[in-house]
Amino acid sequence: MRTIVIEPEYEAWRAAARSLLAQGVAPEEVLWTDDSQESSLFVREEPTVAAAEQGASAIKVPAAFMDMARSAAAHTDARRWGMLYRVLWRLTRGAERHLLAMATDRDVRQLQDWCKAVGRDIHKMHAFVRFRLVGTDAATGREQFVAWFEPEHRIVRLATPFFEKRFAGMDWSILTPYECAHWDGTRLHFTAGVSRSSAPDEDALDDLWRTYYRNIFNPARVKISAMQSEMPKKYWKNLPEASLIASLIAESTGRVQGMLETEERAAKPAPNNAYLKSLHAMNQNEAAAQNHESDPA
Amino acid sequence: MMDITRKLEILADAAKYDASCASSGAARKDSRGSKGVGSTGGAGICHSYTPDGRCVSLLKVLMTNACLYDCHYCINRRSSNVTRARFTPDEVVQLTLDFYKRNYIEGLFLSSGIIRSADHTMELVIEVARKLREVHQFRGYIHLKTIPEASQELIAQAGRYADRISINVELPSQQSLNTLAPEKNLARTESAMGHIRGKIDERYAEKRKPDAPKPPPFATGQSTQMLVGADASTDAVILGCADKLYTAHRLRRVYYSAFSPIPEPSAILPLKAPPLIREHRLYQADWLLRFYDFKVEEIASAAAPHLDLALDPKLSWALRNRATFPVDVNKAPRELLLRIPGLGVRNVERIVRARRYTGLRLADLIRLRLQMKKLLPFITAVDHHPAKLGLDSDSLRARFLPPPEQLEINFGAPPAPAATDFLSVRSGEL
Ligand code: SF4
Repeated sequence: MRTIVIEPEYEAWRAAARSLLAQGVAPEEVLWTDDSQESSLFVREEPTVAAAEQGASAIKVPAAFMDMARSAAAHTDARRWGMLYRVLWRLTRGAERHLLAMATDRDVRQLQDWCKAVGRDIHKMHAFVRFRLVGTDAATGREQFVAWFEPEHRIVRLATPFFEKRFAGMDWSILTPYECAHWDGTRLHFTAGVSRSSAPDEDALDDLWRTYYRNIFNPARVKISAMQSEMPKKYWKNLPEASLIASLIAESTGRVQGMLETEERAAKPAPNNAYLKSLHAMNQNEAAAQNHESDPA
Repeated sequence: MMDITRKLEILADAAKYDASCASSGAARKDSRGSKGVGSTGGAGICHSYTPDGRCVSLLKVLMTNACLYDCHYCINRRSSNVTRARFTPDEVVQLTLDFYKRNYIEGLFLSSGIIRSADHTMELVIEVARKLREVHQFRGYIHLKTIPEASQELIAQAGRYADRISINVELPSQQSLNTLAPEKNLARTESAMGHIRGKIDERYAEKRKPDAPKPPPFATGQSTQMLVGADASTDAVILGCADKLYTAHRLRRVYYSAFSPIPEPSAILPLKAPPLIREHRLYQADWLLRFYDFKVEEIASAAAPHLDLALDPKLSWALRNRATFPVDVNKAPRELLLRIPGLGVRNVERIVRARRYTGLRLADLIRLRLQMKKLLPFITAVDHHPAKLGLDSDSLRARFLPPPEQLEINFGAPPAPAATDFLSVRSGEL
């Protein structure tokens, strides 16, 4: 049994896995661990780079596996490295090249679950990041924004190319507890994580946004569970609009009651408007034409 | 002079009855290399959710809530006493950009009450889109509501700036429109949709023939909305109308919107909101039409024109067609697998792939996290052969009915089949 310690990154796993595979080390013989759960009990053993180079080109795996591995690697479950290696082994040495087609396989299913959780986390980051305007660059005239987000998994590098495409015309930083991303109009780069206090709490537009949120809500069809399944409470603390949720729910019954008690309004006659007159004439002509068509005589 | 906050209150409130909030299906474009912001082309993003369970992906507002028309289900109709407001094009442009840059939204859904004339109103709406695209290089999602009576040039212009355009049919028959929306006309709506379809087709035809002269850019899709429960139309009529729109004009989506109480009720349309579950069942039926190859007559026929509110339409079809079952998950063709209650498109694909390599057992299906209780009476697997008896028994339907209390809870909050882009309310504008 050997212990492999890697950085908690896909690339590090990939290098180590190639080397192990080239040496023919079976998955049962490897204990994987990464820096994030490092403990003095473990003896470090660097993967031998030379071995990784030999025969590395001979390893052929389906492209779909590489995508899955990249995504599953971002998950925080400590078992992912070992599981990825086991599936890699089965695909290659185990001669189960069709393995990924088997959604019914336990290992594949586990990888898919991790990928799904990571995908969802990325999607939620795209949705719930809230940029705050902090200034304008005097030299370039570009507006500068900063956001704070707390992802569940290690997704900053997977999730930020989206922001580069969407917000190319402004400077921005997204700060998270483990890694930060920055865009200055030419380059996306990453720095170490920071604490919550490094990011601004508010934006001058937040009030107007809350005005919108309050008014787009329809009190006549409250469905709290539908809201919470898509926007779980753990995100609320960083969403400016979430502070309204409790009061919107509390007031909804009274508001609907008010609608039901409002006296019905009679129809008002059409105003004297040329367009409206032409419309009514068109409608009458069409109705007449239709009656004529269905007239058997 | 009304301030922007007050205008936003009124004009967002006026827009909320339009169910559409989709922001997917646009062509791929993004802001790289420009001074602006915006990108489209991926799956739609719901940037927030309100306590009605609806997704907030777009800034959905009206240009103005003043309206010449008198649609009785609408809070903006001329007979309503609601406070009126009107945005200037620049105000909407600024709001859209400000909200977008903060990542509150991923685009604009702009509509308007009809003032002066159809063309005049369309011009106002188009001006906002033009400024966003041409002055601010905005590449985010734009959905514009159009008016069937607007000139073809204006519709072409709207389509040039928008990713999606829509016209609401509102009600599935002219008879119903005559009573509830006397200015609206189904034939004109359909002919405008046909015209829009032609433009969209041109866009895609261009992709196939690179040497043909390039037609002007145009939106990638159109959608519409139908009100449910405001008139006496049956589910069969509603689905028939939707099916016709899907096939004749290739709509991306038909939204169904259960009529719900509004602050300014009309004497012609007294309040009697239909159960929300009906809207939910219509969405499920719509799904069956579009992705499961069902025909309208199989779901709702002239003889049985209403959907079963207690059971989903696929299960309900299966119970009426028991001779088709059980279906062998290891051998049945894809079309038949799609008919099995509790089996969705994605899992059908998984089954078809996996069974090439192994005979599927119940344990395999459990690992796919299928709804076993629903599935079991309708399938056979290597280690599962349900007694025909089970399928024939009268109690099978009863087995799937939710207990009475739960049924009521479900009425209030039916689980959405694909919640993100259609949870809806009643119709609004144009
Ligand atoms: S539905 Fe549209 S056209 Fe009819 S009253 Fe409302 S805003 Fe006016």
